[in-house]
Amino acid sequence: MKRLLLILGTLTLTAGCATGCAHQTALAPVLQATATGSTIVESSGGKQLGTPGAMLQQPLVVQVNDAQGNAVTGALVEFRAAEHVTFDPAASLTDSSGQVSTTVTLGGTSGRYELTAASTDKSGKQFDLNITELALGYQTQLGYELDQKYCARCHDQVSTPQRVSNYDNLAVKPPAFTDGDTLNKRSDSDLTAIISHGGPALNRSALMPPYGATLGKPDIQALIAYIRLVSSPPSRIAGLVYARR
Amino acid sequence: MGIAMEWISASMKAKLISFWRALFRDPIIPFGLVSLVLLVTLAIIPAKDHFSEWRRYQRQYLRLIHDRGDSVTLERHFQGGIRQIWLPELAVADRCQTCHTALGEASLGDVSTQPFRTHSVIPHRLDEFGCVICHRGQGAATTVAEAHHSTLAPEEPLLPARYLEASCGQCHHVALPGTPNLNEGRDLLARRGCLRCHAVRLPDGSRMTPTDNPQPITHIAAKTTREWIYAWLQTPSGYAASSTMPDYQMSEEDARDISAFLIANSEPLSGSSLPTPLAPSKSAPDTAAGATLYRESSCASCHAIGNAANNMVGGDLGQEPAPELAPEPGPELTRIGSKVKPEWLQSWLQDPRTYNSHTLMPRYRWTPQQLRIVSAYVESRTDPELLAHVHLQPATAQQIANGKALVIEYGCAVCHEIRGIPKPEAYAPELSRVGSKPLAQLVFITGMERTLPAYLNGKIRHPQAFGPGLRMPQYTFTSEQADALTTALLSLTDRSFALPSRLQIPAQAVATYQPAGQAGKLMAELNCFACHRINGRGGDTAPDLTWEGSAVQRAWLDAFLKNPYTLRPAMIRHMPKFNLSDSERAELTGYFVTVYQKPDIDRDSMPLSGYSPALVEQGRQLFYSKYSCQSCHMVNTQKDKGSIGPALTNVGSRLNAAWIDHWLKNPQALRPGTIEPNQNMSDGDASALTAFLMAQKSSGAREAKR
Repeated sequence: MKRLLLILGTLTLTAGCATGCAHQTALAPVLQATATGSTIVESSGGKQLGTPGAMLQQPLVVQVNDAQGNAVTGALVEFRAAEHVTFDPAASLTDSSGQVSTTVTLGGTSGRYELTAASTDKSGKQFDLNITELALGYQTQLGYELDQKYCARCHDQVSTPQRVSNYDNLAVKPPAFTDGDTLNKRSDSDLTAIISHGGPALNRSALMPPYGATLGKPDIQALIAYIRLVSSPPSRIAGLVYARR
Repeated sequence: MGIAMEWISASMKAKLISFWRALFRDPIIPFGLVSLVLLVTLAIIPAKDHFSEWRRYQRQYLRLIHDRGDSVTLERHFQGGIRQIWLPELAVADRCQTCHTALGEASLGDVSTQPFRTHSVIPHRLDEFGCVICHRGQGAATTVAEAHHSTLAPEEPLLPARYLEASCGQCHHVALPGTPNLNEGRDLLARRGCLRCHAVRLPDGSRMTPTDNPQPITHIAAKTTREWIYAWLQTPSGYAASSTMPDYQMSEEDARDISAFLIANSEPLSGSSLPTPLAPSKSAPDTAAGATLYRESSCASCHAIGNAANNMVGGDLGQEPAPELAPEPGPELTRIGSKVKPEWLQSWLQDPRTYNSHTLMPRYRWTPQQLRIVSAYVESRTDPELLAHVHLQPATAQQIANGKALVIEYGCAVCHEIRGIPKPEAYAPELSRVGSKPLAQLVFITGMERTLPAYLNGKIRHPQAFGPGLRMPQYTFTSEQADALTTALLSLTDRSFALPSRLQIPAQAVATYQPAGQAGKLMAELNCFACHRINGRGGDTAPDLTWEGSAVQRAWLDAFLKNPYTLRPAMIRHMPKFNLSDSERAELTGYFVTVYQKPDIDRDSMPLSGYSPALVEQGRQLFYSKYSCQSCHMVNTQKDKGSIGPALTNVGSRLNAAWIDHWLKNPQALRPGTIEPNQNMSDGDASALTAFLMAQKSSGAREAKR
């Protein structure tokens, strides 16, 4: 009797496993790499500002290079990320110019998303590239709009037909909001002081005018939240206290 | 008899007892068994509660915070058991915080696993609004499946994150800075003709109104040919990729009959007292001169033309950062020469309002020769391929009659004014509550996700896939635009109507300000409101002119209208030159200087010149050091570089001193939304800076004369 049960159980397990595995192969056809590289570099599509739960406007494109820096065709690249981020396709072979393109849909919450593009080299060892994408919540979206209206004209070096940058015209260069090395050293109250009372409040340039009578408190908080979100390297996490350098 | 009965019952009893004993041997055992079963049954209830999903999450949470530095504070904040936000007025009973325990814990900002993430910062308090008003879902449920996916009554599952801004729109009917998708969606509803077929009523009883400007087809035979109409109806994008006319995927027969009807139904243009246009020119020098005039007249600000590489150049006025305030861009002109008749083009350029009284096109005061060359240039933009294969037989009476029936069937008159065709009422379903439409009323395509957002998005992108008999035509929305439209539609909910009216923030009433008299007529002809705003009406691509009379000097305004230039060094675009006559300019400047005055600014309270050199010098120092105005403005083109604000090289001959003084002390009070920060300037600093700025006249006079 016991033996019969044992056989029955084993059979069920095997059958279950077999169908499960069969199901998996049916879902994702296994891609075979025809070549291997040694590094992955980002071509475009990193550091985009997106909406939570929505597809990013630009596809993410990465390139696989060999040790000499030449593009490799046919290397297998897999994209991975924390839960709720989806890639289409999630794995693909590099094309004739060594590139792989994927569309990214972010998770449902705002904040910073760390993605990974991974491939394997000749010896089967994995190498990868980390890419950051950003999803704007209500507050950071507001900060972005205020940045575009008031700040980016000087703090952003990039000129567009709609907005010519004033960066090159300034005697003292303002830091970009993505410049984490500079801005992460400043506490929230320091940034609030500079925005409200202008550069001279912290012994900085008077070219930065005061906005305390123009922007409200929630506006300034939104700007700071936005600056913290886009900074690279990432700003420190709320709740942990570091000694000020 | 009695004894017999007694015997029977005694023997029955004995038999029963022996049967019972044979079955269970002892009555104690069954009693015990039954009690045990009862006990186990009773134990299931507390066990089920103990092993419930939400208790598991609460235990996980306690483990998560146990090892953190601030565990004592976090544990003190934690409340076990079912937690509920109950707001009877808003019909909210939300138990979401039972599992989402850390929504308000800012110190857990680094935790990325759900359900323990903190809520991102929003302007509302959770305990005032609850969760489901924004996120939807079933607030009273205590299991994940039911709360998020609404398994028992599949009506209101969680709203997917990318449409979340829809929930803001239930109360906020004005554009919020933090909801770009919702704002774009509402703008598209009004601008792309959706509201011409679908009515949308808002909770305050008002209706959303369309802002597009479809062409009347009353005089179409004067403008274009039947062949062009035929080709356009079949594939609007074949003529202009940027066309906002939807694609009806019309058959050749339908296009043939409708074009026959529209041409036969067209009235000749009458009431035009304009001189007969000159014979159209096709000579190369005229076309080249026309191209120069086209550029000088800033036509490209509104009209795009595809260049040789098939890229659109111009027409960017409608694509500014705040599209809802920018004017509707004009039609693309890449193939215009294959569409319009030369004589019509000249009469249109002479006075657009004769053909279309609602057009946004300003009336340039061109001379007959200028009209001839600019139309020669515009006419040279042709595409010989466009109508090469269109050969139509003369229309028959039967085709014309059939065309009329088709025009009624397709609902052309919903958007376009057509002689003899009444505008149909309630042509398409009302969408006032479409965001709460029950799933049972929707017909899904097989294979699509059975949710309302998926249905709306699919219907916007491919309406014809939902059935061949549907009237809704195919639009050319990008996937971002379809998402934005879905967001705007999802904001039109039953809840929006049910929420207390104190929470409703109504949309801004459409300003109907109309300047009076001859100047008002001129401003309508020049269509100033397309770019400028006055008293709340108009676009924001050019300065607000509400207080222009207080701001500028009359002589400068007159010179500027004669020969407009850009005040901002970084901008290429400037106001077009309208070729106004001396009397027209005098009319306009007189009206501006008299009517558009801010009551609390006395123009004559401060002189235009004659400030002491000491005060001017003090102002110069304030300008360059304390306020560092040179970061945005130029006074000396050799030395200063600031290119954000207007150049101040000739500001002393442009602005009034009293205006500068008021402006420096509070710019936003004079022009709301201006980006120059309010510096809380003292009266002394303001008057010194005013003196310095009023001294900036030299190069300005030359520039104004140019």
